Amino acid sequence: MEFNPIQIVPELYQLLLIVALFCQSLGDGSDTPPAERWLPYFAGFGIFVNIVSWGAEGLLFGGAYKLDMLSQFFKLAIAAGFYVAVLNAARQPSLQERKRPDYFMFLGISAWGLMILSSAVELITIYIALEISSYSLYAVIPLRDNADGKGSRGAAEAAIKYILFGAVATAIALYGFSYILASQNTSYLSQLAQRSWTWDGQPMAVVGLSLFMGGMFYKLALFPFHFWCPDVYQGASNETAGFVATLPKLGAVVVLVRLAVLLKPGLEITTLLAILGGLSMTFGNLCALAQKDLKRMLGFSSVAHAGYIMVGLVSGTAMGLSAAAFYAMAYVAMNLLCFWVISRVASDGRNLQLDDLNGLYKRSPGLAFALGVGAFALVGLPPTMGFMGKFFLITSAWDHGYNWLVITLVLNSAIAIYYYLSLVRHAYTHEAGENAPVPDNSAFSVCGAGILAAVVLLFGMVPGGLFEYAVLAGKQLMP
Amino acid sequence: MDFGYPVITSLIVFPLLAAAGLFLIKSPQVARAYTLGASILELFIGLPLLSFQFNADFQFVEKAHWVPQWGLEYALGIDGISYLMVLLTLAILPLCVLCSWTYISKRVKEFHFCLLFMTSACVGVFSSLDLVLFYVFWEAMLIPMYLMIAVWGGDQRRYASLKFFLYTLAGSTLLLAAIVAFRITGGTFSIPELMHTNFSFNFQYWAFLAMALAFAIKVPMFPFHTWLPAAHVQAPSAGSVILAAVLLKMGTYGFLRFCLPLTPDASVYFAPLMIAMSVASILYGGAIALGQEDIKKLVAYSSVGHMGFVTLGIFLFNLRGVEGALFQMLNHGIITGALFMMIGAVYERSHSRAISSNMGLGKYLPAFMGFWGLFALASFGFPGTNGFVGEMLVFTGAFQKSYVVGALLVPGALLGAAYMFRVSLKMAWGRPSTAKTWRDLNSREWTYLIIPALFVFYIGLAPKLFFDVIDPSVEKLVNDLKARTTTQQVVAATPAPPAVAAVETPAEPVNN
Repeated sequence: MEFNPIQIVPELYQLLLIVALFCQSLGDGSDTPPAERWLPYFAGFGIFVNIVSWGAEGLLFGGAYKLDMLSQFFKLAIAAGFYVAVLNAARQPSLQERKRPDYFMFLGISAWGLMILSSAVELITIYIALEISSYSLYAVIPLRDNADGKGSRGAAEAAIKYILFGAVATAIALYGFSYILASQNTSYLSQLAQRSWTWDGQPMAVVGLSLFMGGMFYKLALFPFHFWCPDVYQGASNETAGFVATLPKLGAVVVLVRLAVLLKPGLEITTLLAILGGLSMTFGNLCALAQKDLKRMLGFSSVAHAGYIMVGLVSGTAMGLSAAAFYAMAYVAMNLLCFWVISRVASDGRNLQLDDLNGLYKRSPGLAFALGVGAFALVGLPPTMGFMGKFFLITSAWDHGYNWLVITLVLNSAIAIYYYLSLVRHAYTHEAGENAPVPDNSAFSVCGAGILAAVVLLFGMVPGGLFEYAVLAGKQLMP
Repeated sequence: MDFGYPVITSLIVFPLLAAAGLFLIKSPQVARAYTLGASILELFIGLPLLSFQFNADFQFVEKAHWVPQWGLEYALGIDGISYLMVLLTLAILPLCVLCSWTYISKRVKEFHFCLLFMTSACVGVFSSLDLVLFYVFWEAMLIPMYLMIAVWGGDQRRYASLKFFLYTLAGSTLLLAAIVAFRITGGTFSIPELMHTNFSFNFQYWAFLAMALAFAIKVPMFPFHTWLPAAHVQAPSAGSVILAAVLLKMGTYGFLRFCLPLTPDASVYFAPLMIAMSVASILYGGAIALGQEDIKKLVAYSSVGHMGFVTLGIFLFNLRGVEGALFQMLNHGIITGALFMMIGAVYERSHSRAISSNMGLGKYLPAFMGFWGLFALASFGFPGTNGFVGEMLVFTGAFQKSYVVGALLVPGALLGAAYMFRVSLKMAWGRPSTAKTWRDLNSREWTYLIIPALFVFYIGLAPKLFFDVIDPSVEKLVNDLKARTTTQQVVAATPAPPAVAAVETPAEPVNN
């Protein structure tokens, strides 16, 4: 197919933003407007760009890059998430003014890598896109200052952990790729989908694919690749954690959705995914029960949610894939909401403990309400997006051989309620102690929380429109 | 019938809109008056419900697509089983506002927000004809109830609210799995359609267990009742009233609406177990109530006993039993709701719920004790009150079923009289009296007590109207159950004819 730059306008636009930020980072920032002033408008325009290029379809760059419903669906979500993350980080207290262009540039590169990831349909392309999105995050995580202006040691530790873990995970993925290439003799997903993936037929390929998926599991923080997750969330600044916790999961899910086309229920590798999913949700929820640090708790909750997403992937149906895609959206929306509230409450950039939420309803009723919506959505209570996502997941997976996984999922919701509820409990029923953080009650903060909460509630009550696209995307992959 | 507006949807949406409107109000007193006004307006919106036809069909049906890709429908409608529950929910709301008028003094707006939200969810639960819609309302209702206990409750409110939430949510997670299983096996989420689908016994067995756990916790049946006393004691009085009058009924409503029609064979199979648990609830609840020193706890345990009568009536599978269960549901809502409002009223005077701090009221608060006596009599089923009708019917049903079950109920009824007499005698004539300086009921308290009192007599003396409402649906329920369980047995005895076999597999494949 003829290459037409119009088709990849969203990626080019994102690249343009990165270049602009790069140019600004070269100077000392005295003669240019601060990045956090102009960037939100342009990131917001990026959403519009993505909407315009919604219908793009085609196969580019020698068949390695595919534009379809799924990729455009996720690109739009990534652009929207990037916009929220930029807004969220615009008032970051723990980051010096002169570092901001660099900071935003790295966030932009990571989002750009994720956009490429959502279109990549060839294993090497996937691998490179994954690296682009990871490397920039390695640089972002240590950017956190303590109150005295010095760099935070915790953040540096988190960054080292993230790098080491990331390096090992990607090395494993590359190693797995070599097995796949050796046994199946191709790296294109469309061709791989026609090969055998049984243990009896192609043991080497099965091992290879499992290892390759390890790279995605690392991004997704699925058990047993989750160890970095709570530590990194805790060490990184609130705003950075908000980014790391949300957008990269979209990239991982989109690749897993594409890979899931290879997985028929009953295959050994599918069962492996199901087992990892079950372990991940149970382990994540049980660990989260004991946490006192808010971000750590959300870190373990991400581990659990990564397990939930597996439920849709193993069902081996188009509906399952669309349910997983929908759940990934719901997950990102819910977490952006929670991190937004956390970043606003900790206006001095500290790490919030559960006790810091005490009496939030009095200090900031709007943020407390939004936190409540976020917490109940993460539990999966109606009428929120979290409930609908979970409901789609279990409906798609029931009777496809993994009923035990569905039962594990619903039982896990019962475990999870305890710690999510403690967010609401502290915010609403405890009275504030001394040294409570002063939440940011500006219109910007409360409106942002309100809009995100409204999104979570709206798609919980009328999920039809968004889900329609997810279904179309799923059916395109698995007719 | 057309009233120019969708009646049930309006009943669900209006409280939500009214709740949103609360945020524009500043003064607590105005918020109270506003909510009272809204609750009365809600009753007016519900007036078309009075044109209910006395037959077994679903009425006031509304349908719209919700998520067509997944087969979700926005389907509402009520029949004889849900009709009275919807009316009860609507009627309880203004009483709750009145009984919290002075009881709730902090965060008044938010409290009334919860009350309105709650009403909306409760109406939704009783009128949903789609399993998922039902589940949405069923879960949504947990949030305001949790907040009511956790924010406006007593000293141990955090413990009680958490226990309430954990218990009920843990129970209902498996309900969600059952709902999904019904969709995949039966091909639809629509309750009326699923009622005509036959499922294999193995499927019914597991589906029944998953649903029964959720409903048994909600009722609550012994041994899942431990959350109830904690929640009742800690909740503010309006919270207790809603909890007793409406929330507990959702459990028994679930049994009637889902377990019996959707899994008839499993219901019959598990009936001995359910009957045993019901009898245990009656005896246990009564015996524990006898030993309580806290009035609210006493009434809470009495609820366990009374709800035992309801579940017993349901699983007798005869006309009288189910009629009795429905009557008992309504009566328990009225009587126990009123008792909790009275406890709230006396608590405002004594600031204690202990029996010993509320003694000797008869001389100083005659009107209060008069109402209390009336509701206490109704509570243990004194003839002429509504409690008698319900218990009498369940007794009749129980003796029709088996003399043993009937005989076991007698001590249960005696216990009811015993604990109610014990607390009432102490409150009326106990010494030393603590009530010398208290004032008797004021006009607001008269208002919210006289309404349930009228119903106590009306249902007690002339229950015909209520029989007319519920009988067609109850007869249909019992007959369907009998017909479907007997055909199943015939089918089991003879080789399955192809027609039946065809029904057992969904006619059209579910595309997911």
